Amino acid sequence: MTQTPHISVKDLNVHISGNHLLKNININIPDKSVTSIIGPSGCGKTTLLKSLNRLLDDIPEVNISGSVLVDGEDIYGPKTEVTHIRKKMGLLAQRPFPLPMSIYDNIAYGPRIHGLKNKKELNVLVEHYLQAVGLWEEVKHRLHTSASALSIGQQQRLCLARGLAVEPEIILGDESTSALDPISTKTIEDLLIKLKENYTIVLVTHILRQARRVSDFIVFVYMGEIIEFGPTEEVLLNPKEALTKDYVKGFIS
Amino acid sequence: MIGSTILVGLSLFLIIGTVIIKGLPFLSLDMLTKTPNGGYYFGRSGGVLNAIIGSIYVAGGATLLGMLISLPVAIYLNIYLKKENRFARFAKLSFDVLFGIPSIVYGAFAFSLMVYLGVRASLLGGVIAVALLVIPIMVRTLDEVIIHVPKELKEAVLSLGATRWEMAKIYFRQIKAGILTAVLLAFGRGVGDVAAVMFTAGFSDNIPTSLNEPAATLPLAIFFQLGSPIPEVQGRAYASAFILSIFILIIVVLSTLLTNKRRKKS
Repeated sequence: MTQTPHISVKDLNVHISGNHLLKNININIPDKSVTSIIGPSGCGKTTLLKSLNRLLDDIPEVNISGSVLVDGEDIYGPKTEVTHIRKKMGLLAQRPFPLPMSIYDNIAYGPRIHGLKNKKELNVLVEHYLQAVGLWEEVKHRLHTSASALSIGQQQRLCLARGLAVEPEIILGDESTSALDPISTKTIEDLLIKLKENYTIVLVTHILRQARRVSDFIVFVYMGEIIEFGPTEEVLLNPKEALTKDYVKGFIS
Repeated sequence: MIGSTILVGLSLFLIIGTVIIKGLPFLSLDMLTKTPNGGYYFGRSGGVLNAIIGSIYVAGGATLLGMLISLPVAIYLNIYLKKENRFARFAKLSFDVLFGIPSIVYGAFAFSLMVYLGVRASLLGGVIAVALLVIPIMVRTLDEVIIHVPKELKEAVLSLGATRWEMAKIYFRQIKAGILTAVLLAFGRGVGDVAAVMFTAGFSDNIPTSLNEPAATLPLAIFFQLGSPIPEVQGRAYASAFILSIFILIIVVLSTLLTNKRRKKS
């Protein structure tokens, strides 16, 4: 791989309530590209994704060892501020979840909690990020109405814009299209492909065709271990490992 | 099923009908704006303003006190403790039991507490007794509200780099309407209850001006007026009941409106 790694995970082990969910994870996630994590349900895909922005912290009886370096900084280091780490990464959840406020305030929320008060700048930001996700034309007349009135596809784009507004470098997607209809899914996928010029994107998906459509690299995880990692075409069309082959062909799921 | 629905509707109609027919002739502006003249037991003029204000004080105070205790309890049980936590389960069961205890028991308990502490029947006593009564209601209502906050909210806010305090603020926004529902429910229960305040709040023809003075409440006024041998005073009891019913009606309508608004939002 020629690209420089943006996130590098070293010897990561995660135990939750005594279950060994992630085993010796070592991976370098390439900068400015889309990396998909695939694997059967319950294999640890989502756990791996959440370990990247420390969303596992609040789970009781969690035990994490190893390190995750983002731009060379260990996010599990003792001096690392968790809010600073999370600001670097936008999360696009499985189901969109607009905050209980207006469309405008949803986008402005992130910048506001990080200290931006100036109204004019906020207006510019809100318009900019709504444009970026192609939502501006649809909502510009009702910016101050409740965000939960939007359709689910629009909500997901709103959540993406909300995440982008805190100016992250990395976007994490946790089966971000699984609740959406095919057209909204396509919109989100196209957006992600466009966004990879400026962001490092890590997606969890269980749809192989989606992984193939959007990603440059694929990580195959099985029973908490990384089985194979490589460029999309190679992993899907020419897997080296027998397990990957079985999964890709649909023998295991 | 139709039969029982008709039965319920009919009894409601009869109760309200009785209150209106017997109470309406005695209802006057004086009832609403004056304190009783010549005592609540024999007095035939004046009004029940002392009881109206007393009810608002007792129920309002109890709701406030109850909220100050219930909200932290509900948050602690649901957010700090895990669902399977034994203590949390035990606490929730206890609140369910407390929910079902008749209010006279709360009144008696608060009364014995007051005797022990040397507090006489007063507004404060009434507030404490009613607070004990409404706390289980509030905790269980808030419990439902907090359980229904989607866990995605937490992840969504935290992943934007929010601190715990900012997270708490958003959380509060999400459950705001639910808190209001709990407040209205508790207030409605507090306003209508007689047994809890019977020994604890005392009774007075005057509007209380401090927490140590005895206070009248509407249900108590109805109770005493009905016990009077004088037909006019009994009629005034129905008029008081009518006022109380309107009071409760307003609260119910308000809470229904709020609940509908919350449903629409989510």
